[in-house]
Amino acid sequence: MSTERDKKGDILLEMKDIRVEGFSDERWHKIIKGIDLTLHRGQVMGLIGESGAGKSTLGLASMGFTKPGCKITSGSIFFDGQDLIKANDEEKRMLWGTKIAYVAQSAAASFNPAHRLLDQTVEASLNRNLQTKSVAEADARNLYEQLQLPDPNNIGDRYPHQVSGGQLQRMMTAMAMSPRPELIIFDEPTTALDVTTQVEVLVAMRNIVEKFNTAALYITHDLAVVAQMADVIKVLRYGHEVEEAKTREMLVSPKEDYTKSLWSVRSLEKPESPSDDFVISINNVDAAYLGGSKVLHNVNIDIPRGRTVAVVGESGSGKSTTARVITGLLQPITGSVYFNGEALPPALKDRSKEQLRRVQMIYQSADTAMNPRQTISEIVGRPLEFYHSLYGTQKQERILELLEMIELDESFYDRFPGELSGGQKQRVCIARALAADPEVIICDEVTSALDQIVQEGILQLLLRLQQEFNITYLFITHDIAVVQAISDEIVVMYQGAVVEQGLKSKIMSPPYPDYTKLLLKSVPEMDPNWLTNLVDKRD
Amino acid sequence: MHPILITIIQRLLLGLLTLFFVSIIIFSSIEFLPGDFTQAILGQAATEETVAAFRRELGLDQPAYIRYFDWIGAVLQGDFGSSFSGRNSSGVDRSRAVIDLVAPRLGNTLFLAGMAAIVSIPLSLILGITAALYRNSIYDRSVNALTLTTISFPEFFLAYLLILFFSSLWPVFPSLANVNIDTSLGERIYKCVLPALTLTLVIVAHMMRMTRAALINLLASPYIEMSQLKGISKAKVILRHALPNAWAPIATVIAFNLAYLVVGVVVVEVVFVYPGIGQLMVDSVTTRDIPVVQACVLIFATTYILLNLTADIIGIVTNPRLLHPK
Repeated sequence: MSTERDKKGDILLEMKDIRVEGFSDERWHKIIKGIDLTLHRGQVMGLIGESGAGKSTLGLASMGFTKPGCKITSGSIFFDGQDLIKANDEEKRMLWGTKIAYVAQSAAASFNPAHRLLDQTVEASLNRNLQTKSVAEADARNLYEQLQLPDPNNIGDRYPHQVSGGQLQRMMTAMAMSPRPELIIFDEPTTALDVTTQVEVLVAMRNIVEKFNTAALYITHDLAVVAQMADVIKVLRYGHEVEEAKTREMLVSPKEDYTKSLWSVRSLEKPESPSDDFVISINNVDAAYLGGSKVLHNVNIDIPRGRTVAVVGESGSGKSTTARVITGLLQPITGSVYFNGEALPPALKDRSKEQLRRVQMIYQSADTAMNPRQTISEIVGRPLEFYHSLYGTQKQERILELLEMIELDESFYDRFPGELSGGQKQRVCIARALAADPEVIICDEVTSALDQIVQEGILQLLLRLQQEFNITYLFITHDIAVVQAISDEIVVMYQGAVVEQGLKSKIMSPPYPDYTKLLLKSVPEMDPNWLTNLVDKRD
Repeated sequence: MHPILITIIQRLLLGLLTLFFVSIIIFSSIEFLPGDFTQAILGQAATEETVAAFRRELGLDQPAYIRYFDWIGAVLQGDFGSSFSGRNSSGVDRSRAVIDLVAPRLGNTLFLAGMAAIVSIPLSLILGITAALYRNSIYDRSVNALTLTTISFPEFFLAYLLILFFSSLWPVFPSLANVNIDTSLGERIYKCVLPALTLTLVIVAHMMRMTRAALINLLASPYIEMSQLKGISKAKVILRHALPNAWAPIATVIAFNLAYLVVGVVVVEVVFVYPGIGQLMVDSVTTRDIPVVQACVLIFATTYILLNLTADIIGIVTNPRLLHPK
């Protein structure tokens, strides 16, 4: 099986000089600034770019659809010879769901909670009387089977809340496929899934698109994912096209600097260095949230001084809960946390200022971790007053020093978080943690909400700070590429327990425990044959 | 047993408990009413002995808690006691059982409420759904403006306007709705047209606007966008994808307005001289006829609790997460 199908049909979709504007903050903004797109029958095109690049808007525009508050201002869209710019709502509606189908990012939100899955799967087909009810339903069950959904004959009788996220995402692919459309728009369909689930969904989607020779636009920000799915990749940035090339060509020799930079975070790699001088030791910790069942089972983790320990695992594996136990936000049921050999009081309120100062946290969402009504100097200055009793010019000087450390100039001193970009906000959060002069910083998915290039900048900053100040990081993430880039040691967690802990080189090489193996194997690689090889090995 | 059934039984028991507390509140607040039935009847000239004897006869000399349990015990057996009016100090008892006073009046009230509901509920649902469908259109704005206008007028004013137009200037309907036990069904309906129309105009705005708001609120959901992108027509999107998820708030506002139709229509009854339960209660309060007042208020409370319970249950059974647990 090959991802690159060379026997392309004639042109199915042709968009020329598309411009889309959106209305916000009392004025019209340009979202898409003149993009051409040509898609042949049976061809899969990957649309890739960071958030705000206009990928989703372009994907929807190919259906002649815009979100409320947006409009296509110029350009032409021909689908199967039909002019979608001139077409009225009724004519476009006749295409939607039958000739062009859409698969959304959040399957959980995109299924109507009030109807059974089977009824929603066949709705578009029945709506146009393409098939009789019994034929459509039999076909849907068949699609469920091909998409490897469990119990394909009965799963359709369930309601959306009764199946898992990965199953729902495959269910949505079945829904899109039911009327046998010519074109499917996949809009970040696996972004909300764990890596282990993502693989299953990718395989299912690719097989079915190939089987029915359906053309597709595959929208994502994950280059490795798009490499598995697409014949052609188009890179977008700020509403412009950067470049377009066949997948293999693009991976081997990207032309534009921007495209090359999309690879860069994956080339970042820190050499590991072992150490036995533990700054924090977590011993036999069990923990549960109020009234709930146990979420941590006998967790033991040692964190060496001046090193980075990455904690990996899927959502619900207990990564963040471990962080809460270390900081004292959650009291363990049994077990304790040692800091430099001394047991920390389990509850936050029993810890001294000095104990608090030594462990700082940085969060995933810098937006919500800062008070939007405080200036950057107030945000960074607060820990200086609290921990170090610095006031006046002393405090001001220290704030400027900290801003310099995080590579922001003094013009940021009086600005508010709302005026900063995502990456700049995360830098301010780092400065706030640094202001306490901590020994340990816990980073909870700090790069997950950022685009690749910004991610790389943040990771490099963190590494530099570690070298300069011998800071220890506990780095919680589900992104294996990030783990590769910055860690010395890795802790793998699964269902509230530690599967294994060790040096990066040890964890990342065989022999693996079963779960680590599954986790590592599930991380998409740039190699366009990766998914195919993975499936072949399984059979 | 299905967890939904358990929830419903729990709600019913809670409703009963609420009713129990309400009965205590009714009883004690009537205790605090100024004035006294015996003195009102016997007048200023009555001697203390006559007053005391009369009080004894009515049971008013007993402590409050004993009277409460006597009353509630009897009510539980379907006996609301007998009215105070018709009695006097002479010892001649021409009083009637409360139930005989209240029952026909309640029947009349439910009849009028039923008429108004049959018209107003479908009307407001249709108006709400179509307004949501064509939102911000001329139609939507006119419906909103019109219903807002009718709700802004006091109900007696609306009633007199209707009488002016449909009884005086263009006499098609009677201005008096004086029905009695011998009135035939056809005539009853004919006589009730104007009062029912008044009530309809008062409650449609509230229900219609809630229906519209509940639907529009859902139209921003991703699954609505999904259904549009599946090529489903606007009308089907609203009816099949939005409405099934909007029943809970709509049921709540309908229950609230139905309750108003039963307990809040005194003014309309007065204008049309309609013998409903509202008038009976107002009259009984003026004459300090405690058993009748208590019975009326208890009926009102039961109506409220039952209707809200129904709305709650509709909210539960239309929520697939509760109806079909994992």
